[in-house]
Amino acid sequence: MTIAAPRRFTGGRRIDISQLIVWAIGGILLAIVLLGSILTLRAGHYTAAQWRDFVVFGIAQGAIYALIALGYTMVYGVLRMINFAHGEVFMSGAMTTFFLADYLNRSGFLKAHPWISLVAMLLFSGLVSMTVAVLVERIAYRPLRGAPRLVPLITAVGASFFLQYTFRGLFGSGVRAYPAIPVLQGKLWVFQKTQVAVFIGVLITLALLVLFLQRTRAGLAIRAVAEDREAAALMGVDVDRAIVTTFAVGGFMAGIAGVLYALVFVQVQFFMGFLPGIKAFTAAVLGGIGNLPGAAVGGLVLGVIESIGPSLFFDGYGIRAAHQLKDVIAFTILVLILIFRPTGLLGERLGGEERV
Amino acid sequence: MRRPIRSFTVLLLVLAFVLAACQGAQPTPTSAPAAQPSPTPAAAASPTPAAQPTPQAQVTKPTDPIGVLEIKPGEPIVLAWMLTVSGGTAQLGEDSKRGIEIAIEDLGGELLGHKIELVGEDSGCNPEGGQAAATRLAANPRIVAIIGSSCSSEARVGAPIIDQAGLVMVSPSNTAPDLTDPAKHVEGYLRVAHNDKVQGRVAAEFVVNKLGLKRVATIHDGSLYAEQLANVFAENVQKLGGTVVAQEAVSPEDTDMRPVLTRIATQQPELIYYPIFNPAGSYITLQAKEISGLENVKLMSADGLLEPQTVQNAGQAAVGLYLSGPDLTVLGPKYQEFVQKYQQKYGTKPVAGFHAHAYDATMMIVEAIKKVAVQAPDGTLYIPRKALRDALYQTKNFPGLTGNLTCDQYGDCADPKIAVYEVFSTDTTGWPDSAIRKIYP
Repeated sequence: MTIAAPRRFTGGRRIDISQLIVWAIGGILLAIVLLGSILTLRAGHYTAAQWRDFVVFGIAQGAIYALIALGYTMVYGVLRMINFAHGEVFMSGAMTTFFLADYLNRSGFLKAHPWISLVAMLLFSGLVSMTVAVLVERIAYRPLRGAPRLVPLITAVGASFFLQYTFRGLFGSGVRAYPAIPVLQGKLWVFQKTQVAVFIGVLITLALLVLFLQRTRAGLAIRAVAEDREAAALMGVDVDRAIVTTFAVGGFMAGIAGVLYALVFVQVQFFMGFLPGIKAFTAAVLGGIGNLPGAAVGGLVLGVIESIGPSLFFDGYGIRAAHQLKDVIAFTILVLILIFRPTGLLGERLGGEERV
Repeated sequence: MRRPIRSFTVLLLVLAFVLAACQGAQPTPTSAPAAQPSPTPAAAASPTPAAQPTPQAQVTKPTDPIGVLEIKPGEPIVLAWMLTVSGGTAQLGEDSKRGIEIAIEDLGGELLGHKIELVGEDSGCNPEGGQAAATRLAANPRIVAIIGSSCSSEARVGAPIIDQAGLVMVSPSNTAPDLTDPAKHVEGYLRVAHNDKVQGRVAAEFVVNKLGLKRVATIHDGSLYAEQLANVFAENVQKLGGTVVAQEAVSPEDTDMRPVLTRIATQQPELIYYPIFNPAGSYITLQAKEISGLENVKLMSADGLLEPQTVQNAGQAAVGLYLSGPDLTVLGPKYQEFVQKYQQKYGTKPVAGFHAHAYDATMMIVEAIKKVAVQAPDGTLYIPRKALRDALYQTKNFPGLTGNLTCDQYGDCADPKIAVYEVFSTDTTGWPDSAIRKIYP
């Protein structure tokens, strides 16, 4: 946004120096990445199976990013605001469900009826996260509805800290491990069964979300508010209710993502929402903020790049311990996207109109 | 009319959040366990009269290049801990804190006629936490000495701050060679934990000589402790004729270790050595065997993961994991007695490896205070700070729980005994005996 500002004053399409520098940096980064990839592929340290594994790991991780990113993008769609507490909404579901999972495990129910338990865990986590998301909206955001844009952003950061330390106070700062679900252990062809479960879970959730938005009146109301809040209000749409619904749906998906995350990574703690939250935000921007398919694509792309990038880009240069640069890669990609395509991979879409 | 009220509410709300956020970082002063009304037999035996140079009539305030601490009658002697008691490494710090508490209890909560007060700061097992905790402690002029820190990275930035403030710290669990390196060591820093030059060597000997494995890979997490220990291990493996096929790194917040493990798998190691902390360490334990090519790889870590959480979090995947750490099985009857007290007081066996070291650090400091403190006739106690440091450095053959401690000029006081343990069960209820057993030496 700030990059585009000078252009407005000069009027024409005169390219100013700062833009040139930005493009040069972008070009150099791109060249580094391409050269590195070519060198790595030439060296041939990795077998095809290993490349495939990288992609599979990336997709499993990316699918979870995608679910969280949907929450960011939906809220941005209706409110034009970044809900930075969303990572904590994700954490609250996963943390609380730990106790249900632990109880089910101790009582033996988890072994006897793994699928029922799994569904119960997903629903429970979804409901907890939904409640937290709605409460955050009601307490921290709604009173500030008319305030300047920066104000709710600051409250969002505050709400995020508040939730983190509330959970720390409630459940302690230790790391807790989810019980292993026996039917999800082992491999299905080349995939871990947990990864398959995550991917199926994400697909089902996405399908339900699309159905909800396209086929129900509540979904219609959300789309209307996203397109033009005032016009929607004039047409008799209850704007507050549509916003609450958005938070509820986004929260529910974050809760589901929480359990899926716990299936793959097993350990949960009060701080676990921070990094996935930031990454999901990156994914949302990557795909085009406000754009639902964009969030899903952004999540997958980010996951795969994180997984494959350190090996593909840096191995050719002989850089040791390249995996440490994983986050650098993720955020560099974000910078590149913002330079070359500021509206994200699939374009910003706010309600109906599309801005590419 | 409504607007000012609303903006006021907003302000309040923001303030509330800010306060809530700050709350987490508040210092957590733990007062010393209430001194028992009647001293225990052990405390009665402490030879206070012998150490007091007070027979002279007129004791003047001693002079000291970095200051003299004055403790008026009725004022407590303040000791501080600087340990990681939150997050994934909480067990490591909590365990050491308990060692300190038991030491103070053994003294009857008293020293030279003054009550001992224990304060502390959470240092979070990272450089930022170490800096914050050290700065806070350095700002408290009543503190005599500090027991800490837990993680080497905390001390790397924390020790110079403590040193500058004229205080002295004795670490129960820092092991990175860097901290007592002649070029980098600061005067206010000592430790009773082993130097990783020893731990890395023992681990390498175990892997090459005992297991007969030649191809190893290492992973560190960018922390001072992990990076140095991984390097010492790698050097020693090479010296013993093995090959280091990969030296990788992750970051402490990473959760998906599969990509880095796949990278390592291309080099076909027989053993992966990852001397890091939880939760990252458990993620590696959990995910390593899933990787094609690593199904039969042996896993080994070090004292940072020597805690029940490692086994609880990784479950079945942890079985077969090797862990190096202080050898607590060869310690004498005094240690067994200590473990019993620990169990009585906290209802569990020690949960990490550095409780006895913390006890020893506390007792070493107490001994040094006794040596240098000057008591005025009115009961005021003077503790010259430089003299206190010197007394600590002069510690020789101090009979601690972890062995006979002798400090060298760079602050290494440990009597290092390293063992390698193997996880054989996921049952952590009777930690350590129910889950790990010593297999080397």
